[in-house]
Amino acid sequence: MADVITYRDAVAEGIAREMRRDPSVVCLGEDIGAAEGVFKTTVGLLKEFGPDRVWDTPISEQAIVGAAMGAAMTGMRPVAEIMFSDFLACCYDYIANEIPKVRYMTGGQVTVPLVVRTANGGGLGFGAQHSQAVENWVFAVPGLKIAAPSTSDDVVGLMAAAIRSDDPVVFFEHKGLLATKGPPAAEGHVVELGRARTMRDGDDVTLVALASTVPVALDAAERLAGEGVSAEVIDLRCLVPLDVAAVLASLEKTSRLVVIEENPYQGGWGGTLVSVVADEGFDLLDAPIKRIAAACVPLPFADALEAQVIPGVDAVTERVLELAAY
Amino acid sequence: MTETTVRPASELDAHDVLALYEQMQLIRRTERAAHDLFMSGLVKGTTHLAAGQEAVAVGASAALRPDDYVFATYRGHHHAMARGATPEECLAELMSRATGLCRAKGGSMHLTKASSGMLGSYAIVGSHLPMAVGAAWSARLRGTEQVAVAFFGDGTTNIGAFHESLNLAAVWRLPVLFVCENNFYMEYTPIGAVTAVPHPAADRAGAHALPSEVIDGNDVLVVYDAVRRAAERARAGDGPTVIEAETYRHFGHSRADPATYRPADEVERWLDHDPLDIARDRLGALNVSDDAVEQADARARRVVDDAIEAAKNAPDADPAEAFTDVWADGGNAWRT
Ligand SMILES: Cc1ncc(C[n+]2csc(CCOP(=O)(O)OP(=O)(O)O)c2C)c(N)n1
Ligand SMILES: [Mg+2]
Repeated sequence: MADVITYRDAVAEGIAREMRRDPSVVCLGEDIGAAEGVFKTTVGLLKEFGPDRVWDTPISEQAIVGAAMGAAMTGMRPVAEIMFSDFLACCYDYIANEIPKVRYMTGGQVTVPLVVRTANGGGLGFGAQHSQAVENWVFAVPGLKIAAPSTSDDVVGLMAAAIRSDDPVVFFEHKGLLATKGPPAAEGHVVELGRARTMRDGDDVTLVALASTVPVALDAAERLAGEGVSAEVIDLRCLVPLDVAAVLASLEKTSRLVVIEENPYQGGWGGTLVSVVADEGFDLLDAPIKRIAAACVPLPFADALEAQVIPGVDAVTERVLELAAY
Repeated sequence: MTETTVRPASELDAHDVLALYEQMQLIRRTERAAHDLFMSGLVKGTTHLAAGQEAVAVGASAALRPDDYVFATYRGHHHAMARGATPEECLAELMSRATGLCRAKGGSMHLTKASSGMLGSYAIVGSHLPMAVGAAWSARLRGTEQVAVAFFGDGTTNIGAFHESLNLAAVWRLPVLFVCENNFYMEYTPIGAVTAVPHPAADRAGAHALPSEVIDGNDVLVVYDAVRRAAERARAGDGPTVIEAETYRHFGHSRADPATYRPADEVERWLDHDPLDIARDRLGALNVSDDAVEQADARARRVVDDAIEAAKNAPDADPAEAFTDVWADGGNAWRT
């Protein structure tokens, strides 16, 4: 085994591991088979598992996710790809009204063990309709689990947990992280959904991050160390279940909280997280909570403009220094 | 594997047809009860009654295997009952009782009987067609020769999910039946006023290279035969069929809608073409006595009367029920 693997290859590896162990796992999506995915995140799957397990679909987002739902209700474990997460809007009925509700509204008569995988986020200059971080769209609806890994080994471990989950999971693969490399996941590696990971220990401030903002937080923490500020970095890894306990435990030590989100400040997941901390962890705090999130504008095309909207290392470092001085 | 031979309607005997009739009568009486209970305030929220459309559900269900899948709309009481939900379970659900089909978490629009393959009633127009396609895909993958059926209204043929479903099912040659209950209205608007083709479902089938048929949806044996043939083709690997069953609802669209937007002569014409009357004629032709038909009527009346009483006397939904069944483990925890 190579000593590093890209996040991109880890996606295909994570799916392939589950397809090997469970014949009910099948994949469907646009260009995922012979073309091996627009982002090359399904490389090798058609070759290894054949056309009965890996299905190329028409451009029919509702049919893709709706069919995955019907298959999940009848004994399969489908993994549906929505090419860009922005396109979740084209099948949002399934995300908002169907998949998360059907078990509940039938009084528990059916289960929906499916995964919707999608390439999420900005930083690549794809403009307003192909760059959004939309985890908050999904987070707004009770009844869906949400995974958003930041490292290659978490991609594999969370993919295993997502596919094995009897609950529906929306799995965000960050476009900006696809080329990043990390150690390959150990054989049988599974990361339980809803367990945050402490990426760096620190004493002065807790930085809570997700997916693309994890490397931003780590870079900022490195710079902050140079300024004499010791930052702890927590990678939530999942939004549902949300590991509030890990955040509160960190605050017992640091008493300062900064949440770093790529989705817009308006309606972003950090709003929910910090409201729980304000409710249940107020006594732990020695300073106001800071949320650093994308500006509330559509994403612009030009790199220089996009960098204005999505929080980067400079902005994070600056805001944390302000807070540390509080 | 389950026995797959379903006899043609011409080979059904008096006993078989009487059973279909009785089931339609049971649905008719349950729908009437649902209407009255709504009017008296015992059923809250909304109802979309299928009285007048019973033959589609009963005829189709009789032509399917017990392990086939059925997906319906918010106007779905008849489909739930045709797949084995009892009047008592249905009325208890409508009346928010603990004994309801979905333990009072679904209501009139979401009746579901998963244990007999009735995988739900959905209230977002068109949303369940892709699900039926997925269930058919799953049947193919598992090699079970099951078919999936999506029942939907005429209005549903103008939403994108309808066309996405027909195309995907066609290219993958899936064992799925698309059965349109054309009752000629989408809510309050005549379907012809918003659709460019005369047969909203059947006329679109050709665009997706699918065979289609327009049938009398009020004749239970006609529905039975059409669904039987389509299911046979689907099981043989010959792909989906679109069936447009022309029918008419006896009540308004929902709740207390008096349906005054429908011309009186049209209503009269359809009331003269009642699925129960048509089935009675069929029974007459099979030499079933009036007495035997009346006994079937009496049995249906008794079952529904008892169901009303049982539902009225059942305990209300347990408040704790609000917090169960979000996740597969039965719970609702979203955070640590
Ligand atoms: C996506 C969506 N749009 C609108 C509605 C509101 N609505 C409920 S029923 C209905 C009419 C549907 O007509 P049809 O498909 O013919 O079914 P029918 O009620 O006649 O059985 C409409 C517009 C809805 N539930 N979902
Ligand atoms: Mg209609």
